[in-house]
Amino acid sequence: MGMTIGEKIIARAAKVDQVKAGEIHTIEVDRLMSNDGTTHLTIDMFHNDLKHPKIADKDKLVFIMDHNVPAENPKTAAAHRKMRNFAKEHNITLYEGKGVCHQLMVENHVCPGEFIMGADSHTCTYGALGAFGTGIGCTDFLYAMVTGQSWVLVPETIRFELTGKLREGVYARDLMLSIIGMVGANGCNYKVMEFAGEGAHNLDIDERLVLCNLAVEAGAKTGIVEPDEKVIEYVESRGRKAENLFVSDEDAEFEKVYHIQLDEIEPVVARPHQIDDVVPVGEAKDVKIDEAFLGSCNNGRIEELRVAAQILKGKKVNDHVRFIIAPASNEVYLQALEEGLIDIFMESGAMVMNCNCSVCWGSCQGVIGEGEVLISTGTRNFKGRAGHPDSFVYLGSAATVTASAIAGKIVNA
Amino acid sequence: MEQFTGKVWVLGDDIDTDIIIPTEYLALPTVEDMKQYGFSPLRPELAGQIGEGDIIVAGKNFGCGSSREQAPEIIKALKIKCVIAKSFARIFFRNSINNGLLLIENDQIQEHVKEGDVLDVTLGEKIVHHGASYEIQSLPDNLMEIINAGGLVEAMKKRNGVK
Repeated sequence: MGMTIGEKIIARAAKVDQVKAGEIHTIEVDRLMSNDGTTHLTIDMFHNDLKHPKIADKDKLVFIMDHNVPAENPKTAAAHRKMRNFAKEHNITLYEGKGVCHQLMVENHVCPGEFIMGADSHTCTYGALGAFGTGIGCTDFLYAMVTGQSWVLVPETIRFELTGKLREGVYARDLMLSIIGMVGANGCNYKVMEFAGEGAHNLDIDERLVLCNLAVEAGAKTGIVEPDEKVIEYVESRGRKAENLFVSDEDAEFEKVYHIQLDEIEPVVARPHQIDDVVPVGEAKDVKIDEAFLGSCNNGRIEELRVAAQILKGKKVNDHVRFIIAPASNEVYLQALEEGLIDIFMESGAMVMNCNCSVCWGSCQGVIGEGEVLISTGTRNFKGRAGHPDSFVYLGSAATVTASAIAGKIVNA
Repeated sequence: MEQFTGKVWVLGDDIDTDIIIPTEYLALPTVEDMKQYGFSPLRPELAGQIGEGDIIVAGKNFGCGSSREQAPEIIKALKIKCVIAKSFARIFFRNSINNGLLLIENDQIQEHVKEGDVLDVTLGEKIVHHGASYEIQSLPDNLMEIINAGGLVEAMKKRNGVK
């Protein structure tokens, strides 16, 4: 019986020849990532709940401070200190203020075929490089940190067979929001979303990251794009090995197969407060906005900043709008500086922030007030996600967000 | 099989983790400090009204969103006995078991139950509401063992004879 990509990665991690959906396996975790959202809780459990705590393999661990960096209040500062000290004591790789965790993992750590757990729901991002990344809570993290292992229920795979290319002015973000709109916010609950076909190979790594990153918003355990030459090139150009490129067997079993024609996708927004309430941008036209945000693990890469800069060049952000831009990592920020993009942002009146989760997470600077409307490239539009419980978040592409920041209302780019 | 009775609070579909506990309260030192803000974006008064042993009945995709473990912890801290929903988001499901919060999947009861109603639950068998009976599945024994111990860490201790 053939296996899907997800099954092959689990089989490798479980050190068995074959797995199939529905089975429960104990696996060796290749890599573990935890950020400042919950690491302090894990450390407390490590010290308070375990009798002889030790770390199975510190080289598997990566700690990243990105949610509230730099600290915005003394409580966060204390949590950061705990994380910093623990990392130092156990010689764990630590990034502080260098970028959003998933972007840093992709730039510096993730390899194809790996099984990676992260104490963050958007760990599914790593599927863009052909890895199996999945979000867990801090108790699961503790268990994996101490034992090096975890358990997985092998998920069924839903395959998205993509053909063609996205039209000019349509982005991976429009594609993924459209897919979520089609399947629903729990349409892939516990499934693997596998993206394959010639259309998937036409997508570049940054676009694949956008797709996989939002897989959890359809309820999926992970999203994986069938890895190819582009993955090898990306990974090897960063000095890592691309050894385990898994693709699904021809006789692999899929729960469902969707066929998606990329040139039929159009610019869309997800309306408050449901990510699957997805409509063409035109249907939200003229909604007045108070704030626009470009950034996050979904959409803060150099490619999106370039799109924004192209639209903003020579124009001004609307007087009634705060346009907040947070590059996803230092590497992205430096590249944007080199290309003169930051100049364009500053001249237009946008606010360029440091590399963190920023407005998407609703606890850094840039939160929105009562009754305010935000258009964002963030990951979620839940009620209250970006600030006051009675505020409104629309999600759209970098192009839609930037054009709206100029217009002061939601518009097509 | 364990049997219990509880008063119902009704919530809708897609109750996300940011509704269960908004980001701005995550920095509070303990779950006890946070629990008063549980469900506040949706129903600010709810956390103060929930009593020990009450039951939440919700629609599909309960707990979708973030991996924050404070979400199931807060529901437990509010002394909710169990959450009955049409379906649960997967990270939340796992986190709930790891924290000893009982979850029951059932997709029929929602159309009959009103807030304040009382349910009789027999684990692994049925929910009885106004004389009508709804069948429920039991979780696998190893997961029930974790829930009954009060979570994964407690279960590990028990298994290793630390407790």
